[in-house]
Amino acid sequence: MAQNPSGPRTLFDKLWDSHAIVTREDGQTLLWVDRHFVHEGSFHAFNKLKERGAKVSRPDLTFGIADHYVPTRRSGRTIDPAIQSMIDQLERNTSENGVLLFGLNDPRQGIVHVVGPEQGLTLPGLLIVCGDSHTSTHGAFGAWGFGIGASEVAHVLMTQTLWQRKPKRMRIMVEGALAPGIGAKDIALSIIARIGADGAQGHAVEYAGSAIRGLSMEGRLTLCNLSIEAGARCGMVAPDETTIDYLRNRPFAPAGGEFERAAEDWLQLRTDESAQFDREITLNAAEIAPVVTWGVSPEDALPITTMVPDPETIPDSGKAAQVRDALAYMDLKPGQRLTDVRIDRVFIGSCTNSRIEDLRAAAEVLAGRKAKVPGLVSPGSSLVKQQAEAEGLDRIFQEAGLEWVESGCSMCVGMNGDIVQPGERCASTTNRNFKGRQGPGARTHLMSPAMVAAAAVTGHLADVRPLIEERS
Amino acid sequence: MQPFQRLTATACPLPYANIDTDQLIPARFMKRSRAEGYGGYLLHDMRFSGEGSEVPDFPLNRPQFRNAQIVVARRNFGAGSSREAAVYALVDYGIRCVIAPSFGDIFASNSVNNGLLPARVEEQDAEALMRHLESDGAELTVDLEEQSVTAGDRRIPFVVDPVWRMKLLNGWDDIDLTLNQADAIARFTVEDAARRPWAAPHPQAR
Ligand code: SF4
Repeated sequence: MAQNPSGPRTLFDKLWDSHAIVTREDGQTLLWVDRHFVHEGSFHAFNKLKERGAKVSRPDLTFGIADHYVPTRRSGRTIDPAIQSMIDQLERNTSENGVLLFGLNDPRQGIVHVVGPEQGLTLPGLLIVCGDSHTSTHGAFGAWGFGIGASEVAHVLMTQTLWQRKPKRMRIMVEGALAPGIGAKDIALSIIARIGADGAQGHAVEYAGSAIRGLSMEGRLTLCNLSIEAGARCGMVAPDETTIDYLRNRPFAPAGGEFERAAEDWLQLRTDESAQFDREITLNAAEIAPVVTWGVSPEDALPITTMVPDPETIPDSGKAAQVRDALAYMDLKPGQRLTDVRIDRVFIGSCTNSRIEDLRAAAEVLAGRKAKVPGLVSPGSSLVKQQAEAEGLDRIFQEAGLEWVESGCSMCVGMNGDIVQPGERCASTTNRNFKGRQGPGARTHLMSPAMVAAAAVTGHLADVRPLIEERS
Repeated sequence: MQPFQRLTATACPLPYANIDTDQLIPARFMKRSRAEGYGGYLLHDMRFSGEGSEVPDFPLNRPQFRNAQIVVARRNFGAGSSREAAVYALVDYGIRCVIAPSFGDIFASNSVNNGLLPARVEEQDAEALMRHLESDGAELTVDLEEQSVTAGDRRIPFVVDPVWRMKLLNGWDDIDLTLNQADAIARFTVEDAARRPWAAPHPQAR
């Protein structure tokens, strides 16, 4: 095993070492996988398994979730046959292999990266993979989560292992106190704007510093979720009391005395004092403003108080061409104030921002106000939905004029038919503003749930801070 | 898997940064079975207009680049989702090598698992290659043994992870390598259960 237990190690080194089965001379390491999540899109991998006449090797460590294609308006409606067949296929593939499925009618159903933590399937120190790039989300617990492709999914299904080369290590420190109304989404978008959508490529990122320590688990999940949008292989936060408190009494987490013993181990999962990173960057939390994206990559992010960039002022011709192309797609004018950009609809949901705290933050802004545009609110899981309804948040959304629907990936990726119409502009809590991501020709502006709520009640991109101040 | 050693073929410039996997294959086509072939959906919304007709000046639609087996693009090619369908679309279209200054990590490893070579070049070399293809002829030679791209009389080096290079050169599949490790895996699981008893999902929750 490539392990040097005596030298100082980063959190990532510790996770790497504890999962390495063998390391070849060329540096490729065979790693043990603790949890593997599959969804409707995993059918290519199951087909590869069938071609080889193989079965899932560790069904006890494999969990199926219906999320990518599930309809969010379920009761009394017939489901599009092509979508139904995606869901049926997942049911068949999991049941034939003895894999537990959180299916369409399971009360625990939801988006994979919301359900894993909620069920206590995500624990510190685990290696978690899924055929979905936002598997980085699970790093919020000091776990090592990363997305894999169908060939790798098939490999994990067959062997519960994966070959990897060790990524470089990067630490992103965020120090100081966040201003009111600023959250994890603003931190993440600020980081991506600073280092670029490929700024962390080839790196395992650890988030640290007082502003990160101060985040709730929900906030850390949002932050780690967006690691992939900076190109990182994974993102993680070392476990602390916040982590332990969240996990206590979760269904799949250890129980009783076992939990307390586990917690002792988990709290050891942190970067040693003098451990080295390949790269370090630091942000000052106090300088982070509410951020929105204006373009077609998450790196196209700016504080809401600023203006749409002007390609004529950009010296690098390639970059200028990219901005011109983005502005044409987004139908924006150079120098236009971001707060003058009118929107057509809003979406609150996705594995980035659909947890109970996200819904509370949006509801706080929407309470007693009316949305000027239509919109959809899709909670991250059926349990989040239940909780939100118990708190009366569903009524706030509906009284504001937004539609309250079931849980799923929904308008994050539009696979279930929830799409933004061509040419429409959507303020969205999701993670990707790529061209056509929310539907062909759709224009997406990424921002936090509170900022989406502010856009909803004003009808344009807006700074949420005055709306919060009005209340107090 | 088909090995990749040396390829001389038509190459198409794609002068865009951040060509993400949602561009490479829009999500709405991903319900289909691979048997139908994904090549028709490659860069669908860039290649075709809303009415379904070809966008004439999109590089892949221009006569001289039609039979491209190589593409050259700007930075951060294949960023975004883990959808291997993005690689299927390229491979089924006939592309065997993508040359760019940087790649999305998951996309790059998916490529290698499907015999598609992600060749990393310096930013100015990518620009030079694209200029060459526009003005001096639409053919390139990619030599994986030597790690070089030849454009006319100009030779440009590229970088690829050495392990990926071996896999591509030999057409190796990971599964066979892993199955040879069955004993090591069995030993690991026994030791690991003692070291991390908390790692197993609580059985009563099922
Ligand atoms: S919500 Fe969006 S990003 Fe998250 S798992 Fe679903 S499709 Fe992927």
